[in-house]
Amino acid sequence: MRGAVRPGPLQDARRRDRPHAGRLRPLGGTSPLGRPTLKVSTMATTATGSSTYTHDHGHGHVDDRSFIRKYIFSTDHKIIGIQFLIMSLSFLLLGGTLAMVMRWQLGFPGKPLPGGTLLPDTYTSNGVVLPEFYNSAVTMHGTFMVFFAIMPLLVGVFGNYLIPLKIGAPDMAFPRINMASFWTAVPAGLLMLAGFFVEGGSAAAGWTSYAPLSARSDLTGVHLGQIFWCLSLIILGLSSIMGSFNYITTVINMRAPGMNWFRLPLSIWALFVTACLVLLAIPVLSGAAILLLFDQTIGTHFFDPQAGGQPLLWQHLFWFFGHPEVYILILPGMGMVSDIIANGARKPIFGYTSMVLAIIAIGFLGWGVWGHHMFQSGMNPTLGTTFMISTLLIAVPSAIKTFNWLGTIWEGNITFHVPMLHALAFVSMFVIGGLSGVFMAASPFDIYIHDTYFIVAHLHYVLFGGSLFAIFAAVTYWYPKMFGRMMNPFWGKVHFWLTLVFYNCTFFPMHQLGLHGHMRRIYDPTQYAFLREVQPVNVFISISAFCLFATQFLFAANFILSWFKGEKAPMNPWLDNGLEWTVASPPPHGNFGDVVPTVYRGPYEYSSPHSDQDYLPQNLPMPGGMGAAHPQPAGD
Amino acid sequence: MAHAAMPEDVMLPPPSRAAGAGVYTEKLGMWIFLGSEVMFFTALIGTYVILRFAHPSSWKPPGQVLNIPVTAVNTFLLICSSVTMVKAFAAVQDGFLKQLRLWLLATVIIGASFVGVQVYEYTHLIEKGFIPSEGLYGSTFYTMTGFHGFHVTIGVLCMIFVTQKAFRGKYSQADHRGVEVIGLYWHFVDLVWIILFTIVYLI
Ligand code: HEM
Ligand SMILES: [Cu+2]
Repeated sequence: MRGAVRPGPLQDARRRDRPHAGRLRPLGGTSPLGRPTLKVSTMATTATGSSTYTHDHGHGHVDDRSFIRKYIFSTDHKIIGIQFLIMSLSFLLLGGTLAMVMRWQLGFPGKPLPGGTLLPDTYTSNGVVLPEFYNSAVTMHGTFMVFFAIMPLLVGVFGNYLIPLKIGAPDMAFPRINMASFWTAVPAGLLMLAGFFVEGGSAAAGWTSYAPLSARSDLTGVHLGQIFWCLSLIILGLSSIMGSFNYITTVINMRAPGMNWFRLPLSIWALFVTACLVLLAIPVLSGAAILLLFDQTIGTHFFDPQAGGQPLLWQHLFWFFGHPEVYILILPGMGMVSDIIANGARKPIFGYTSMVLAIIAIGFLGWGVWGHHMFQSGMNPTLGTTFMISTLLIAVPSAIKTFNWLGTIWEGNITFHVPMLHALAFVSMFVIGGLSGVFMAASPFDIYIHDTYFIVAHLHYVLFGGSLFAIFAAVTYWYPKMFGRMMNPFWGKVHFWLTLVFYNCTFFPMHQLGLHGHMRRIYDPTQYAFLREVQPVNVFISISAFCLFATQFLFAANFILSWFKGEKAPMNPWLDNGLEWTVASPPPHGNFGDVVPTVYRGPYEYSSPHSDQDYLPQNLPMPGGMGAAHPQPAGD
Repeated sequence: MAHAAMPEDVMLPPPSRAAGAGVYTEKLGMWIFLGSEVMFFTALIGTYVILRFAHPSSWKPPGQVLNIPVTAVNTFLLICSSVTMVKAFAAVQDGFLKQLRLWLLATVIIGASFVGVQVYEYTHLIEKGFIPSEGLYGSTFYTMTGFHGFHVTIGVLCMIFVTQKAFRGKYSQADHRGVEVIGLYWHFVDLVWIILFTIVYLI
């Protein structure tokens, strides 16, 4: 009966069904958005007087942990998330610096690198970058960015920070394993870094470490560095596996009452599927890295063709991990951007269920496409066709997500707060990157552009334009929750616009370079006559890249200064429905105190016709004013 | 009336059942973790299969280099340790704590013997000149059996931990999660060995 009168899912209600259609009602006070804000706690009390909504953390909870247990060897998922944040932002800076070295060399080959004379002789000669150093910069840039910056930023930081808070759990399922996960990631990073200081320099066979280049030190002159690369990734693998099975268990078993699967925020869905991918993909990389390590150290011959080994085997193992990995690097971003876009548009996310299904579909399809990295490897061409078709298929769920984002902002009353700007940039940049992906998925085209700058353009559109913009969005969005202060919105906007412009100036021309035949990972483009004519493009890219890099210091400054000086953040600065916004900023140890939050609906009830407010938090039993007429939930 | 038109999601109080898989967290975590172990061994076994198909000539006929009888006995030992593990779990489920200790102890001893026999096997093979750098055969043999042995060793260490807890009376009929969880891991490692024994030694 109830089913029959149900007017249809709220998630997709159109604007005319919604009295406020994305407009915030002026209700006193000004939020950091510069918009009127609600007094959340008053609202909750008038609605029901229920203690599930307002939490009194003032008494009964004395945090008597020592400094070390609280901030260093902490088992609190929030602290671990922030630790990951600091670690991976540092590696992001390092990776960026290495990119500047590369861009200097590509833009101005043969000119001394500024500050280059300070580097050891094995890196530069008279300040000019040596080919060996160039190779190691390329390799380490990719490695640090993928494994130590983007992946921990998305999975380590937001997986940790958001999952328990958003599902209403006091912490992760295994807090001590969670702590171990961070404290294995740190030595892994340091070990990778140590490569720079040993004889022969760091690994230099590319972030993909193709064998036999990586397996035989006589080919590159790098021995210890490559060993460190393998060891570091094996250790990091342990960290990732500890993290991922923790996340999965937490999401399955620790959701608050009422938080059923289809009320989970999309960010949690995405992080959940990502954790499954990490769990199943990382061990394959660990296995491959172990085999490579044995080839280098104890003389096995897995990848050495002279002794019957198979270099192609490395590629298969690496990309069998590697393609799920690229989805690990984008799915959490997609999820968090979905949350932010719904918030910024003040509308429910369009097509919630199809979003979830698309995430799951990507999670499955991602396993069957790895061969698209190997069209040119000498793999059987019939196999190539299969991989081409599966790759084209995977564009479908990605497109579904894109159209749903567009559907969400359609007719919304958009609040252009900084996270929203980054989220919108994410969508647009991901579309460009996704389209070039579809190009490359077609093997006839890929044969032409494989291993050129077209690939570099593609991967930066999805990884910088996609993942990193999502990270900027997420960091600014959850910063108030993490640190209890707002980031400066003005400098946030300046940073956003400059980044967007310089980013496109840097990476868009790379498509053109790639089509012109400019190879990836070359030391000096001007040694080829056909590339000399596009050298001005390289110069333009390099200058844009320097500006892009410089712009990031605005973000760093904003991040650090706001930590100390930022405006104090209210409990719910973005007027969001998620559970994390119903507790103090920052939330206390144990998150929800003694109260188990109870969840009544999905997280996207913006402009709900059932509320006289503009939004409807997930744990509010009844919309304002109607509460008294309805039974209280059990245990309340 | 307005109420009747409201979607279920807004109207209904949340379901009273607790969210979750109906399995306690430690057990669920172990199952999920084993998923990642499966992928790890899949990578190793896949490598083996591919290399062996590509270069069958690098492999000697079964039994020529590797000592199948010794390893067969060792395999039998490991299977026995799975049986003792099952016995230990059954005992604690029935509340027989003394039997639990004995069966756990037996599992530790048999597991450790397995590792011991493997070390013995390695030393002999190495003396005979069959070393990891001995072509693809040596490479794959040592990597695969070595990583399995490593897993058994970790298993034995955890088993010792569980056993000492059992001796201190930490498990009861009502709460014996540790026993069940380590049991899952133990059976998994056992299962992997049966596959490895077949493809590395027998085929
Ligand atoms: C619409 C979906 C996508 C399609 C169809 C697609 C397709 C492809 C193809 C065919 C290649 C191989 C090109 C070659 O080497 O010749 C490639 C490379 C690459 N893709 Fe994508 N891609 C997609 C999305 C993504 C996403 C979301 C990410 C990461 C966030 C990503 C990251 C990468 C990276 C890092 C490479 C380069 C790997 C290397 O170093 O060789 N792609 N993509
Ligand atoms: Cu791929």
